[in-house]
Amino acid sequence: MENTKTQEKRDYRPVIGLEFHVHLATRTKMFCGCRVTYGEEPNTHTCPVCLGHPGALPVANERAIELGVMAGLALNCEVHPRAVYARKNYFYPDLPKGYQITQYDEPICTGGYIDVQTSEGPVRVGITRLHLEEDAAKNVHAGESGRMHGSTGSYIDYNRGGTPLMEIVTEPDIDSPEVARATANQLKAILQSVGVSECDMEKGQLRCDANVSVREPDGSFGTKTELKNMNSFRFVERGLARELERQTELLENAERVGQSTMHYDPATDEVHELRSKEFAHDYRYFPEPDLLPVELNEAWVREIKSRLPELPEEMRDRFVGQYGLSSYDAGVLTADRELAAYYEAVAAEVDPKQAANWITGDLQALLNEAGVEVSESRVTPEKMAGIVRLVSEGTVSRAAAKDLLGRVFESGDSPAEVVEREGLAQMGGDELGGVVDRVVSENPDEAERVRGGDKKVVGFLVGQVMKATRGSADGGRAREVLLEKLSR
Amino acid sequence: MISEEEVRHVADLARLGLTDEEVERMSGQLGAILDSIEKIGELDLDEVQPTANPLNLTNVLRSDEPRRELSREEALSVAPEATEELFTVPRID
Repeated sequence: MENTKTQEKRDYRPVIGLEFHVHLATRTKMFCGCRVTYGEEPNTHTCPVCLGHPGALPVANERAIELGVMAGLALNCEVHPRAVYARKNYFYPDLPKGYQITQYDEPICTGGYIDVQTSEGPVRVGITRLHLEEDAAKNVHAGESGRMHGSTGSYIDYNRGGTPLMEIVTEPDIDSPEVARATANQLKAILQSVGVSECDMEKGQLRCDANVSVREPDGSFGTKTELKNMNSFRFVERGLARELERQTELLENAERVGQSTMHYDPATDEVHELRSKEFAHDYRYFPEPDLLPVELNEAWVREIKSRLPELPEEMRDRFVGQYGLSSYDAGVLTADRELAAYYEAVAAEVDPKQAANWITGDLQALLNEAGVEVSESRVTPEKMAGIVRLVSEGTVSRAAAKDLLGRVFESGDSPAEVVEREGLAQMGGDELGGVVDRVVSENPDEAERVRGGDKKVVGFLVGQVMKATRGSADGGRAREVLLEKLSR
Repeated sequence: MISEEEVRHVADLARLGLTDEEVERMSGQLGAILDSIEKIGELDLDEVQPTANPLNLTNVLRSDEPRRELSREEALSVAPEATEELFTVPRID
């Protein structure tokens, strides 16, 4: 049953485009000098401009424009010499002016791409456009706060209103929910590494919508629906999967996909159609008369370009060259700017390959399990380097080091202290050498066979060493010492 | 000219309630305005860039420095209705 379903689905090819809204990392709002804040007391960061008082005039934030250009350059876009703000007119209480200032037919950037690493190799996803606008304020619905219980109104906090927002629209080049998620991750990594945005999804600094349709077996394009505001990339992937199932099922039953806006509910893992208000999408865009065009001359763009930090792809290539890592490990480490910085701090102290193994393996497993960011980890780069060093010096065995990492992760104590306290030190080199010598002299036949090149009995001798040390030696180390002694 | 239907649509988008008599009057008035703007179309403007703004200026920008903000009391004082912290608006779903 399950199988036939997947079979049939192959005939319907997903066609997905993504739309991102990103808060730019500025101190102040897009068109006024109010601070950009998160989680502060409502309505404490406003002024006549962002409250839409009559006569208040907007002035664009230079830094926001620079960050937009940086993002455009990092996404291989063409930066236009001239950008014009436009008014998008609609009424909603979170938009006090009755229009949103955005860019319409003359956006700041168009025509870029991102190369996304997927399990089936790299996929190039086109960027249609990138433009700058202002975010809306926040609706606080009745019931979300005790004070308003039982009331009938809606409430607005204008702190967020006017926050610099960048919209990035991709081409419909994405053909699976997995690639959609990978694209979103890659975009986030790029924006973070350039320093354009912190992209904290919990703070709403990065939001993602998707346009999705299926191409029918005869090649014709289906009707697209919009999947709104998914606040995690896991939900982007799952929501798209559900929506594609829904569309495919409709088509298989010879029903029509209606043009609609869908919402994914992670709690039930289902998609629902949002009640469509009869919202005439008649925004009557026109050039914003209160703002002058932005002229991005070559010199300015060149100057911004010169300040672009290393991009994730460039960093990945550097990690491969500089540290001798596999492209995969380098990709994992550079997908997250914090993790990359953490890695470099550790790799400066100890063997870079060992550092990569520990960080991409055991440390990441601990972080994921605890839901902790690497920057908040009690295992600082110094402590991680300390653990790697204790292993390479032979003070602790690989197996004991895993235990050690877990304990440092829990307590934040220094690795040396934990080794001392928990008795994790392995048998010292001299002592181990002595045990190996004894095992060799007690097993002269096997030792001779190893000297003669027969590797099969090495395991037996290692077993004897482990037995003699009651497991306090590291198996790999014992093997090394044995082979070294028997090669002479 | 602008049809009464168009006037009603535009009024609806602007959230304006017009009486039948007002619709008729607006249709005439808006029509007259559109007619005079149409006159521009008689000129040869192929070589002329669309003008978004009559000032011959670009890049009037602000540095990313915080400026004076309103206190919450000041901000809420002009609201038709407010709680101690929030602007109150008719219920939205």
